[in-house]
Amino acid sequence: MEQLYQRDVYGKTLVELGKADKDIVVLDADLSSSTRTGLFAKEFPERFFNFGVAEQNMMATAAGLAVSGKTVFLSTFAIFASGRAWDQVRNSVCYNNANVKIVATHAGISVGPDGASHQALEDLALMRAIPNIKIIVPCDGEQTAEAVKAAAQTKGPFYIRLGRPKVPTLMNKGIFELGKAQTLTQGDDITIIACGIMVSEALKAVEILLGKGVKARLINMHTLRPLDEEIILKAARETRGIVVCEEHAIAGGLASAVDEVVAENYPTRVMRIGIRNRFGQSGDPQDLLKEYNLASSDIEKSAVLCLKNCR
Amino acid sequence: MNRKEEIAMLEAKAKEMRRLIIEMISRAGSGHPGGSLSSTDLITALFFAVLRHDPKNPKWPDRDRFHMSKGHCCPLWYALLAESGYFSKDKLMTLRQFGSMLQGHPDSRTPGIESASGSLGQGLSVALGMSLAAKIDKKDYRVYVLMGDGEIQEGNIWEAAMAAAHYKCDNLCAILDYNGFQIDGATRDIMNLEPLVSKWQAFGWHTIEIDGHNMEEILKAYKKACKIKEKPSIIIAHTVKGKGVSFMENTVEFHGRAPTAEETRKALKELE
Repeated sequence: MEQLYQRDVYGKTLVELGKADKDIVVLDADLSSSTRTGLFAKEFPERFFNFGVAEQNMMATAAGLAVSGKTVFLSTFAIFASGRAWDQVRNSVCYNNANVKIVATHAGISVGPDGASHQALEDLALMRAIPNIKIIVPCDGEQTAEAVKAAAQTKGPFYIRLGRPKVPTLMNKGIFELGKAQTLTQGDDITIIACGIMVSEALKAVEILLGKGVKARLINMHTLRPLDEEIILKAARETRGIVVCEEHAIAGGLASAVDEVVAENYPTRVMRIGIRNRFGQSGDPQDLLKEYNLASSDIEKSAVLCLKNCR
Repeated sequence: MNRKEEIAMLEAKAKEMRRLIIEMISRAGSGHPGGSLSSTDLITALFFAVLRHDPKNPKWPDRDRFHMSKGHCCPLWYALLAESGYFSKDKLMTLRQFGSMLQGHPDSRTPGIESASGSLGQGLSVALGMSLAAKIDKKDYRVYVLMGDGEIQEGNIWEAAMAAAHYKCDNLCAILDYNGFQIDGATRDIMNLEPLVSKWQAFGWHTIEIDGHNMEEILKAYKKACKIKEKPSIIIAHTVKGKGVSFMENTVEFHGRAPTAEETRKALKELE
């Protein structure tokens, strides 16, 4: 299976977009080599601004550029984009409905060796609480390009969440449409809803479940806002339970989003694969996935438990 | 209009703006008169003698930009926009009411307002973004931003200050309303800002220190700022909080409270 860094795809896509649209401006805060905005900087130095280690200024400056007609892409690690500059995201970017695309890299526990200070496990919750901003968590490299292009074409603020490690490119996802989730496997026993790198982990769980005679429907919920409520409710009606998988705290992210929809419309048992009231720590991403119960085996166990206890 | 006539015109406008500020805040029953009144002369001069803009065409691409980073002083901004013709003056008395386009802190629903503000410390960055956009587009518009003195205690301001100098934003002119007071007291007691001029100079800015209530000095400062190349300028204006209304001057009491009916009557009498 092909493995790609989402960040590499992002950097290349930015260059491609920058060639076609002179109004695209890119900002970074001293991480352009890690986020890969450096590729754009090399190609279009007059439309790239590095703000040094100062994320709050970068975020509010992005709003100023956007209200002056620019399509602004800005990048830093997810922990800083969402946490350090949250008030600027809220008041300068989202309240103005400014055309700013926050592409946050190094999200989640899979940051690995850098440890807890750099592992954003709260960013989706922080972004989901703010009006106006659209949120995408692409599952692989290919989808990263699609998400970045969709953001460029759609006016208004975006938060696109990317990871640090290489991720396998998933086959047969179908077309990418903002706000329309993708069904990767069909099944009527149980539904697994995942985003980001957890989609490939969930895919492995689907295989294990199949071996046990359980047919799982796997949904790639790449867009958290606007959320595809229809596909969630269809799954709630047609299968016996839902397991939500995300590389994020169980509070406020994808699991919460799914919970909110079913609780209000069609109460359904929802199991949550995510980080439970803990900070991360250093380690190899695969070891961390196991330690925090995010591995395919945990997803499989959760699905079996869900089926056992369902009405 | 010669210089003398221009200054007389600006002084008369400033007085009218002060009357509107008092009336608006009094009608609303809440708001921030102190800082609105201290920056009135500075921004009245900007609107009626400096700014290149067209109220009938608020989105004119070549317009100079003005942004009020200390958003709580928006009664002044609203009064200036109405006086300039962005919208009718009768709208002013809807300040802070449900459904009004004049929110308690500014946002872009108001014609002539480019960006929301209110959460202090972000406006210099927003102005920096506007300044960089002009540079990319090779446009000659200028960007003006009003900041409060308490506001510059925010770290975001100094991040922006560093960046504006780094990118040599000579189309950017900041105006600091240095009235010496913030909500909890005098700035020197709450969080001392001094030495202020050398601080901005150390950050790479051209500084112009003036009396913020002297129209002659204000006009000269704007003119001087236009001529500075390769660095941003800041007009550090010494002002009097609550300027123009005797019982509001140099006190924190009217930072964020509306005058009573009796106080309003007295204030308007002083501003006749």
